[in-house]
Amino acid sequence: MRARVVSAAPDASAPAIDVRAIEKAFGDFIAVKGISFQVARGEVFGLLGPNGAGKSTLIRMMTTLVVPTSGTAIIGGCDVVEDPNGVRRAIGVIPQAMTSDLELTPTENLSIFAKLYGVPRARRKHLIAELLEAVELTAWADKPVKNLSGGMRRRVEIARGLVHEPRIFFLDEPTTGLDPVSRGAVWEMLRKIKAERDLTVLLTTHYMDEADKLCDRIAIVDHGELKALDSPANLKAAVPSQNTLDASFSGAPADWLRRLQALPGVAHVSGDGTVYRIASSSGPATTMALMAEAAKAGVSVQSLAVQSTSLDDVFVHYTGRQLRDALQAPTAADNPFMMRR
Amino acid sequence: MERMLAIMERELLRFSKSPALITMSLIVPLLQLVVLGYAFGGTVRHLRVAIVDQDRAVPAVKFRELLGAVQANTSTFDTIEYHDVTVAIDALRQGKLNGVITIPPDFSRRTLDKRAPQIALITDNTDNVVAATLTASLSNLLVAYDAPRVVQRRIPGATSLDVVEVYPYVPYIQYLLPGSIVMSIFMMVMIGGGIIFIDDKARGLHEGYLVTPVTALELILGFNLSGAIKAVIAGLVLMTFGTLIAGVPHPFEVLRLLRMLLVIVVTSMALISMMFLIMVRMNNPLMPRALFGALNTLLYFPSGAVYPQQAFPGWLRAIAIVDPFTYAVHALKSLILKNTGLAAITNDLLFLSIFSLVTLGAATLLFRRTL
Repeated sequence: MRARVVSAAPDASAPAIDVRAIEKAFGDFIAVKGISFQVARGEVFGLLGPNGAGKSTLIRMMTTLVVPTSGTAIIGGCDVVEDPNGVRRAIGVIPQAMTSDLELTPTENLSIFAKLYGVPRARRKHLIAELLEAVELTAWADKPVKNLSGGMRRRVEIARGLVHEPRIFFLDEPTTGLDPVSRGAVWEMLRKIKAERDLTVLLTTHYMDEADKLCDRIAIVDHGELKALDSPANLKAAVPSQNTLDASFSGAPADWLRRLQALPGVAHVSGDGTVYRIASSSGPATTMALMAEAAKAGVSVQSLAVQSTSLDDVFVHYTGRQLRDALQAPTAADNPFMMRR
Repeated sequence: MERMLAIMERELLRFSKSPALITMSLIVPLLQLVVLGYAFGGTVRHLRVAIVDQDRAVPAVKFRELLGAVQANTSTFDTIEYHDVTVAIDALRQGKLNGVITIPPDFSRRTLDKRAPQIALITDNTDNVVAATLTASLSNLLVAYDAPRVVQRRIPGATSLDVVEVYPYVPYIQYLLPGSIVMSIFMMVMIGGGIIFIDDKARGLHEGYLVTPVTALELILGFNLSGAIKAVIAGLVLMTFGTLIAGVPHPFEVLRLLRMLLVIVVTSMALISMMFLIMVRMNNPLMPRALFGALNTLLYFPSGAVYPQQAFPGWLRAIAIVDPFTYAVHALKSLILKNTGLAAITNDLLFLSIFSLVTLGAATLLFRRTL
């Protein structure tokens, strides 16, 4: 066994997570290319990117599951390479796959992990009851997990990840595969727990709304590189077009796309003759001009929706591709090990 | 230590809540014991044998009386009268008969002249067991036929073979029982150790363990000890039911049960360690399922569980030498069939213990604490 490096008490001003030029190669394939960033204590930090972007490898290096090829990360004052056990004690991890034992009850699931983390017997019972209360599963504490819905299982896992009262919480795609209502419930739960426990949270997601609602700062990762890192508001502000207009028309003439492009404020237009997406620096001005142009050309506007810049647009801006398209891409390189449910 | 116990607790809790798994790993060996035991164990009876008597004089009639006695008592065969050898042989070829006995025309004359009288037996030798049974039965019968003269001819000082059977008669089902107990241990190791281990790994369950401060040694011991406990339970269940089904005499003799428990524990450790070595670097959930049949055949049949190893060709004996089943089956056979003490099975226990240490050591070296 490796001797544990005893680290000094974490400095209050030191970042909770300090990733330093971390890199991981699988043979010739470089999954993570020398990424560096810091996460302050108490921050909720999002890693955004499609499958295959390298975010799972990145989170696995930070949670000691994968050893970096070069570089390192200091998590809660402990080095992932030098003192992985120190890191393991400081962090709670919710892996991507649902890993609760279905035959066991939430209490049994939590109890076993409390023992794995060496939580003293005297505190276990109280702590488990308190955590199940926090994730609103007290009524289900002694029912087999297999009888619980997907969202409830996720909440069991959130409680399980907190059973040793970690300071830093890692969640790998916490709401993937959940229906919108369950996702909302999980977000609510996370916000509440974070506020009560003074946690630093790092989560990966490929849901834009999730990153937007939950995160203080977001890192966009693609092809193993850090493409952008800022607060959701700043990221959106940095994208040239401020608004997106989704419109559909009937009776549009052949040169309609060109005429739309000539409208005031328009940065980019894409469309297929009926449905168009217009990126604009000024939503109101473009909308007014569009209506006038349509009236002049005798084109009838079937629908028109104006949206302010979303993280979707930010993602396209920084990676050159739609997140949704990217999601369809093969994901084997991301994780040759895991079988998705 | 507490972390190792937590892993064992998890594995055994899940096991206790999966009755289907427990049943499945016990059904196959029990089924095999009962079906194979009764299919192979029985005495061959009522073989259809043609008798073509071309002599019909007093010595021939005397011989046929003896045939009648066999038919009435052990019922090994039923005789059917034929007049023509060719017709009888045709019937044999068509599968209507199992054998043809011909008494040649000169049988009586040669008997009376003491000129080496002969009886012919024509058998369907595509079935070894039937042919051997008929031959043996007829040979015995001829000894009885010749008996008065044997006594006359007996020379004082001539060597004769006197067979002494040390143990009571062993039905085939009892002969099979040791193999079935080892098989039940192996099934549990395969399902409860191999398949579940790889499925958990593929489902990402092991990630849950790996992000905790549990050490590699605690993980390995936790997996193997819980696997061994499951296997011991399977072995004990089969031992209890198997002994009763097979009708082993004195099934609840305490000392023997304790010795069997020891063999079952050591065998379980050996097999789970071997399984862990096979699975330690495996990720594909289909692999253990594909391996199942091959391993089963490769371990069970060369072990001497169903047929004596002395009959094997060299290469099969070579497999038997490294096959842990061989030693487990030998030890259980000694205890169940001969009720021996520990001295008779020391070598078996020694081999199985060393086998466990070597395979577990190799698996520990290959085990990775990270993904």
